[in-house]
Amino acid sequence: MSNIEHPLPHASFESLGYWEGTSRNELVLQRCNSCQIVQHRPRGICVNCLDASNLEHFVASGKGTIYTYTITEQNQAKGFAKACPYVLAYVDLEEGSRMLANIVDCDPYNVSVGAEVMVKFVTQERPDTESFAVPVFTLS
Amino acid sequence: MTSNQFPTNIAIAGVYEHESRFSPDKTEFQIMAECAKGALDDSGLTLADVDGLFGASMTMGMMGIVDLAEYLNIRPTHIDGSNIGGSSFVSHVNHAAAAINAGLCDVALVLYGSTAASNAMAIGTGGSSGSRNPETAFTVPYGMTTVGSYAMYANLHMNKYGTTSEQLAEIAVTMRHHASLNPLAKMRKLITVDDVLSSRLISSPLHLLDCCIISDGGGAVVVTSLERARDLRSKPIQILGCGEAVQHQGVGDTDLLTIAAKQSGDQAFAMAGLKRSDIDLAMIYDSFTITVLATLENLGFCKAGEGGNFVTGGNIGLKGTLPVNPDGGGLSSNHPGMRGIFLIIEAVKQLRGECGERQLDSPETALAHGTGGTIGDKHSGATLILGVTQ
Repeated sequence: MSNIEHPLPHASFESLGYWEGTSRNELVLQRCNSCQIVQHRPRGICVNCLDASNLEHFVASGKGTIYTYTITEQNQAKGFAKACPYVLAYVDLEEGSRMLANIVDCDPYNVSVGAEVMVKFVTQERPDTESFAVPVFTLS
Repeated sequence: MTSNQFPTNIAIAGVYEHESRFSPDKTEFQIMAECAKGALDDSGLTLADVDGLFGASMTMGMMGIVDLAEYLNIRPTHIDGSNIGGSSFVSHVNHAAAAINAGLCDVALVLYGSTAASNAMAIGTGGSSGSRNPETAFTVPYGMTTVGSYAMYANLHMNKYGTTSEQLAEIAVTMRHHASLNPLAKMRKLITVDDVLSSRLISSPLHLLDCCIISDGGGAVVVTSLERARDLRSKPIQILGCGEAVQHQGVGDTDLLTIAAKQSGDQAFAMAGLKRSDIDLAMIYDSFTITVLATLENLGFCKAGEGGNFVTGGNIGLKGTLPVNPDGGGLSSNHPGMRGIFLIIEAVKQLRGECGERQLDSPETALAHGTGGTIGDKHSGATLILGVTQ
């Protein structure tokens, strides 16, 4: 288990579909059915064709490979200071988009560029008792 | 742009670097005002001549440039408080040149001041708290730091091209050697590659000595027409070319190794009509060692992947084929949060031949490239090419 206490993101209405997905333990990406582009982070409009009417969310496989990463040995921020060393990585998703995440449940020094990873979800408790989950990845 | 001769009819007429590296008894605006006096004295102009005001800082927010005009008790005809991070001041000089060329102002004053060190800001490793900004929702949960983002760039470069920590360390060693010749520099004790490699890891593969220092400080630049500058106190330094760019993660499909410098550099070189080999001095924003390597490659001084070899063997030292940051840079001289203004100041002083022990042998052209924000994530780049007047 990771010792990171993930700060809760401020989910705007533009990214609500994404965060509703994670709370169901699904990694949700956004596709524009007008131009077929997959865009992450999600937006209220397709920035490729500027059509807002044909955006849909779909459930991604959750599989990816590590594009690059770093082992963070120092971060004073709350939730991370006691979790060092932890792995920060860009993950190339099977569907073509890239996302930032942590690689957890492993020896940080065993992580490598190009390694295959699989999404998992860390559920965070919120004051309003709604379930809220942050997607992270584990080595496959 | 060629029809009315921009940018070659514009010059830098005055510069000043604040001497202090720790100023707990001063405010940002006070440091800026002291720098304004220094640069205006350098040019022979006065505050009453200033009709264009440019500035940015770590804390100036909305109305910040208006607050600065009030502090200085001036009423300029052109104001620009653009804040694109540490590159802001390079872009301010670009904007000032365009504004002067367009007749919007005649004498532009570009200012920076900071008390980052005396405020004990954790600039590189203090990121990722609970911001409510929606665009940070995809980075905040993961503990993204400034150094971490640069570290991911470095790791990718190492994996793709075989770049080594020793090669990055040589950049820090070279900057420290330059700083040892700069009486104002904060860190002047010589270091070795082993010192860098044995300093603690902050975010792998970057060590403590791969990271810039944190200081207080400030600077000022006076820009005016070349015609007017010729009649002033200091030797005018001409603006030959400029460029600006942004780079970001797009919709999740960006090549991380291509940074803003590629676009802004190409634009500046095309405008100046110069080749890379024509440049005698490069002032490169060095927030981290990897920033220098990435910027040199993207500016086209060497091919992608060859940066590791380019920065070794004394090639970026004072006697190398491309001297970089003779003042010691942000790695060793000063880094008060947003370092771009010092790139311009040192370039101008070197082109004038005023740099004492660290003076290069009669440089005629200099390039300054500022990076703002975070390479490996979202950042800006601004390039400026300067030359002695013909």
